[in-house]
Amino acid sequence: MAARDGGGLSLNVGKPGLLRGRRWPTHVLIWGSMLIILFPLAYAALVSTQTNAEVFRFQLTPGSGLGKHFDQVWNDRNLGRLMWNSFVQAFLITGAKTVLSLLAGLAFVYFSFRGKWLVFFFVLITLMMPTEVMILALFRIVADLGWRNSMAGLVVPFAASATGAFLFRQHFANLPRDLSEASQIDGATPLQFLFKILIPLSWNVIGALAVIQFVFVWNMYLWPVLIISDRDQQVVQVGLQGLATLDTGLTFGPLMLAALLVSIPPAIVFIALQKPFMSGFALTADK
Amino acid sequence: MLVAASFLIAAAVGVLSFGHSTKREVASGVVLGALGAATILAALGFCPFVSDAESTEGVLGVALAATFAWMFGAGTKAVFSQKAADLGSGDIRTGAFKLGWWWPWLLLSPTLVILVFFLYLPAYRTFTLSTKLTRLGTPRVGERCLSNFSELLVTNPAVVIMLPLTAVAFIWGVGMWHRRSEPGSWGHNLTRTIRPFGILIFLYSLYFIFENENGGYRLIYLNTVVISSSIVIVSMVAGLALAYLTFQNVRGITVYRTLLIWPYAISPPVAGILFFMMFNATGGIFAALANDFGFDFPNYATNSTLARLTIILASVWKLLGYNLLFFLAGLQTVPRDQIEAAALDGANAIQRFRSIVMPALGPIAFFLLITNLTFSFFDVYGTIDFLTKGAPAGATSVAIYELIRVGVDNGDLGRGAAQSVVLFLAVIGLTAWQFKQSEGRISYGSA
Repeated sequence: MAARDGGGLSLNVGKPGLLRGRRWPTHVLIWGSMLIILFPLAYAALVSTQTNAEVFRFQLTPGSGLGKHFDQVWNDRNLGRLMWNSFVQAFLITGAKTVLSLLAGLAFVYFSFRGKWLVFFFVLITLMMPTEVMILALFRIVADLGWRNSMAGLVVPFAASATGAFLFRQHFANLPRDLSEASQIDGATPLQFLFKILIPLSWNVIGALAVIQFVFVWNMYLWPVLIISDRDQQVVQVGLQGLATLDTGLTFGPLMLAALLVSIPPAIVFIALQKPFMSGFALTADK
Repeated sequence: MLVAASFLIAAAVGVLSFGHSTKREVASGVVLGALGAATILAALGFCPFVSDAESTEGVLGVALAATFAWMFGAGTKAVFSQKAADLGSGDIRTGAFKLGWWWPWLLLSPTLVILVFFLYLPAYRTFTLSTKLTRLGTPRVGERCLSNFSELLVTNPAVVIMLPLTAVAFIWGVGMWHRRSEPGSWGHNLTRTIRPFGILIFLYSLYFIFENENGGYRLIYLNTVVISSSIVIVSMVAGLALAYLTFQNVRGITVYRTLLIWPYAISPPVAGILFFMMFNATGGIFAALANDFGFDFPNYATNSTLARLTIILASVWKLLGYNLLFFLAGLQTVPRDQIEAAALDGANAIQRFRSIVMPALGPIAFFLLITNLTFSFFDVYGTIDFLTKGAPAGATSVAIYELIRVGVDNGDLGRGAAQSVVLFLAVIGLTAWQFKQSEGRISYGSA
């Protein structure tokens, strides 16, 4: 990523432009955009500490309602349990997608077989088939399998990924060819080759895919709304429903607190895997 | 009669879309067109052509057959033209494992099984479901044939077919005129000005084919076009501007970038909640500020313009980090030596941007266009559900929201599935249009 070598890559060259040679306008512009972009979060953080009366007074200092809101959200509404459900779902889907995509990439690059390009386009075309346009029929199929209100219904339909298969296919195709020759001479099976050679060379791509998939699953909303009706099985994004009307009338604080709590896990994953994520993308963008 | 007519039309469309320079191409086109028509008509059970079907259904049936003939023809052509280039890079020439033939199939089988059962099967079932009258939770099924579709459209079948066709013919005509006229002539210049607006003319013509009376689909169409295109355009332009700004190396830039990118990890429902707070008419900060200055802040629960704007802003805010990330990655591929050479030759910043930066960003922009469109079509559901729930008076009910309202909340699976099919065709049409736009302008890697 440009993090370290950004200076050498700056696009401002030639005659002194608006930003050339003067650093402070850049800083001002960046700080301005950060203020705008981070404002909704900061405002939500402020409101999450305030009681309704303090919100309506338009108070700009932290209020006195944080403890009560946390109790309402965490204990009464069982947000922790819902977050655990979301975490299990995200963990399982991310893991399954990574493994299945690795296997598919291995088959696409290190085997030649009849009908390969047909299979390839069979997978490619699914990129044009968003789940949402067929969600009613999918709902029926999954319900007929008896997977309503179950983790299987949340995970299995999303366990394969065309995007992942292509990402690994492209990555493997750009690795040196003699790797597979050498390991065949050593008598390694394809799976040994995958685990001993390919995976250690693919951590950046795996990390990038993991961040994308984890965030995608954690933020999933429409499918859990349809397939899960039992509150204990529900995922956390859907669990945010109804928080605006905890007491009689609107309650802002608990909703804002819950919205912020829900956003912490994907942020942690994003920051923890930031390095492979960024370099995984720089890699794919270079090609 | 109509069955024969629709197959003839389908065969002709198949040839047109596939190509007609050799006899073999014509034959393949005929077969593909007929195959496309057969697929969709089989999924519908050939119902538009039974004797007691209404004339509208017959016309719609022929139109659907032609559409699928075109999809099969053009799709296969695209596949063949990509085949050589694509497999060349991904295929291994040396070092392939020489084991049993079943090895690659074993490795691919989990992926293929899931794609077949949870993507291809539901796609097919969506079509069969769309001709039914069936309610959620009851086993009884009635046949509706294409009535679920004709309800969405105006009652005059001539308008439904001719209006979009006229728009397409006009766009083709303009393109033809442009290619045939002398560069520099007034006709050439005029057509060059009109051509980029072709998609707008087509979208505008579609506006009139949807039913307008008593809660018709026209409003949904308008909402979807306005909200989706605003989200995509604003978030991509803002993302590129922000990427330009943060591409420079100033102190602390890594931290800045991380902070600016990470709203990407926030969910559409949470984006809806945060903007619900800010724009709330009683407790929100904008209402409070407006009060201090002595005027009334409109309430998005009753003001449809503000409601749409709030949805757009919340979605743009959520998408911005994602676009920034990919544009930053894309800017690294801009050839710096060319920029310097152009600068030495006296090209200004705008010229450098148009001639060097834009072509280099092409593939990334194309990728982002598709992902942003998908987001603005579907993921916006969560934002809308927490912000406006389609209110006021349906002004923020986009296609996916209406689909769930009809199919799940009202339990009318057949009508919901018909709307799914419309949305499906829209997604395919948009993807095809984007590929056509990018043809020859963008060089792909092996992706």
